[in-house]
Amino acid sequence: MNRANGNLPPQGRLSRNIIYFVRTLRRAGVPVGPAQTLGAIRAVEAAGFSERRDFFFTLRACLVSRAEHLDVFERVFSMFWRDPEFIETMIQTMLPMIQTQNAPKAPKTAEQRAAEAMLEGAPPPAQPDVEDAREEVELDAEFSLSANEKLQSMDFEQMSNAEMAEAKQAIAQMRLPIKPIRSRRLTPSHSGSRIDARATLRGAMRTGGEVLKLPRKTQGHRNPDLVALCDISGSMSTYSRLFMHFLHSVSLAKGQGWAQVHSFTFGTRLTNITRSLSQRDPDAALKTVGQLAKDWDGGTRIGESLADFNKNWSRRVLSRGAVVLLVTDGLERQDPEELSREARRLRLSSRQVIWLNPLMRWDGFSPQAAGIRALLPHVDSFHSCHSLNALRDLTEALSTGGSGEKQRLMAML
Amino acid sequence: MPSLPQSIDATQAMLSDENYICDRSLATLVYLALTLKRPVFLEGEAGVGKTELAKTLAKALGRDLIRLQCYEGLDAASAVYEWNFAAQMIALRAAGEGGLAEEALFSDKYLIRRPLLEAMQPHENGPPILLIDEIDRTDEPFEAFLLEALSDYQVTIPELGTIKAPEPPIVILTSNRTREVHDALKRRCLYHWVDYPSFEREFEILQARAPEASETLSREVVAFVQSLREADLFKNPGVAETIDWAKCLVALDAVALSPEVIADTLGAVLKYQDDIAKLAGSEATRILDTARARLSTQ
Repeated sequence: MNRANGNLPPQGRLSRNIIYFVRTLRRAGVPVGPAQTLGAIRAVEAAGFSERRDFFFTLRACLVSRAEHLDVFERVFSMFWRDPEFIETMIQTMLPMIQTQNAPKAPKTAEQRAAEAMLEGAPPPAQPDVEDAREEVELDAEFSLSANEKLQSMDFEQMSNAEMAEAKQAIAQMRLPIKPIRSRRLTPSHSGSRIDARATLRGAMRTGGEVLKLPRKTQGHRNPDLVALCDISGSMSTYSRLFMHFLHSVSLAKGQGWAQVHSFTFGTRLTNITRSLSQRDPDAALKTVGQLAKDWDGGTRIGESLADFNKNWSRRVLSRGAVVLLVTDGLERQDPEELSREARRLRLSSRQVIWLNPLMRWDGFSPQAAGIRALLPHVDSFHSCHSLNALRDLTEALSTGGSGEKQRLMAML
Repeated sequence: MPSLPQSIDATQAMLSDENYICDRSLATLVYLALTLKRPVFLEGEAGVGKTELAKTLAKALGRDLIRLQCYEGLDAASAVYEWNFAAQMIALRAAGEGGLAEEALFSDKYLIRRPLLEAMQPHENGPPILLIDEIDRTDEPFEAFLLEALSDYQVTIPELGTIKAPEPPIVILTSNRTREVHDALKRRCLYHWVDYPSFEREFEILQARAPEASETLSREVVAFVQSLREADLFKNPGVAETIDWAKCLVALDAVALSPEVIADTLGAVLKYQDDIAKLAGSEATRILDTARARLSTQ
């Protein structure tokens, strides 16, 4: 193909192939809009390529807008343009499957499955727990304590399935309070510190050049980002699952609260689950999280995971004064030296590090484990997160800006 | 004024004449941007030559370079235009009782042009190169504003009306990816991820940019930096660091790398204390050995 016949009519064979190619690309998970497709067709016309690699670069420049998609693009490209018919047949054979995938599914079973996925591997489900709980509730009834109040202070780990479901509902209502940070952008304000020259001039125009008042402006506020790092190792099992619910409700409320919420899980390796959590349906969201993170209920390598985060993500997600929520029991099985070093770097590159530790539920909790001793000096505040009440206290503590239990524990170090 | 290149090969040749050595993929992108008049979005680690591309293009095409350095809180007053209030006030007071007509007060005379407006004005050397640097440092509202400005190449000043560029400027946006820029903006652009170059490419770049370094030294420097990028560092050195380092070594009359020379000049390559500490002692020697082994096989 040369430049002479580069002026393709939009119905040309090549354009049609590009459209097919875009379809395939979309199916492979690269979002491409119609405007981009049109742009690609025009670009191919303009480039008048004579070589396959130019064609490749042209399409890539037009159709990909994220570095993560470069790989997928390359694979789809080499498969598609080697043998487009192969892919077509693949699509044809897959069509019925795809249609069934899109068909409305019975919500009940899906929810159940998601629930199963969530509870998979949780401490032996519940039969004895239910008995225990019932007994306790009866006991409580004697002290005229309602079941609801009981639920508030109950440790998540002790809950029966039914109680857990109720707790999840309560969690879905929770929001993480936010402390806005100062923006450099100026907004009009009566008591602002700077004079709004433009408004002053406008006023003076109306009064024939006489300045009668000085309108003012001041620095506005903006909401910071939230970055959650959640330990999903075996020792955190129940809490991390519930915390996922909490994170999901916080992520969805981003319009009213945090500017952006980035979430990661870690056990033996770090997984970015931000996109999964952005699905509106909590069951669907948590199901994809379950599939994405392969290290549920495994061991913990906190130091290594933090190192991975610091190296590959911190510059991308912490640059605008983000608050870090670190959810872990701090039971590190590796080198506490590394953990301490990485925690320090995390502290230096974020606005605030908040540590949530479910182990705090025990009254006699003291920072004995090496991991906890390594981590504690580098966080700004330390809170428990083992029950609904604890989570509620947390939201209060965050809005007042206290350091939680950190001071008390630091004294014990 | 030099004319626009007519093919991808010509684009690559034009860039390399100005000592900007790039892969064919980037040349294709530049060619398309010039032909289709679409903005370019360059993303990549610091020091891989994103900003340099804009400077090179301006030089090669003989166009003016207009640079908008982004930062947090960047607003229209510093990006587009501002009125010279002090002068306006004086004019208003001087006019006295009769006052001043609005047209006289909000005229060109009192308008301070900032980069975006400047880029929309006619230029005698042809449409300028508009470099919007480190777009990831601004916030979403400014991105949304840019989206509007870049789709029609026009800006509106309430007091003056809409100002439209006679010919669209050549727009280059860069991002260090310290946060994700919104997809809507990226989709209007031709996107390119600028990666670290291969050994041969980096060697060519170094020869072009630091010709004073001998070939042997250049090879060693490039091999060492390439091996450094494989080591587990917090911040990998970019091409800019490679060039800087070679220049430092030439200034110190070093003819070849040795652990001592490396230790003395490491600050030119690595910019984090953790990384420098990591390379203290035997690690530098080990990487130097890997680099030499690599050189001997090539």
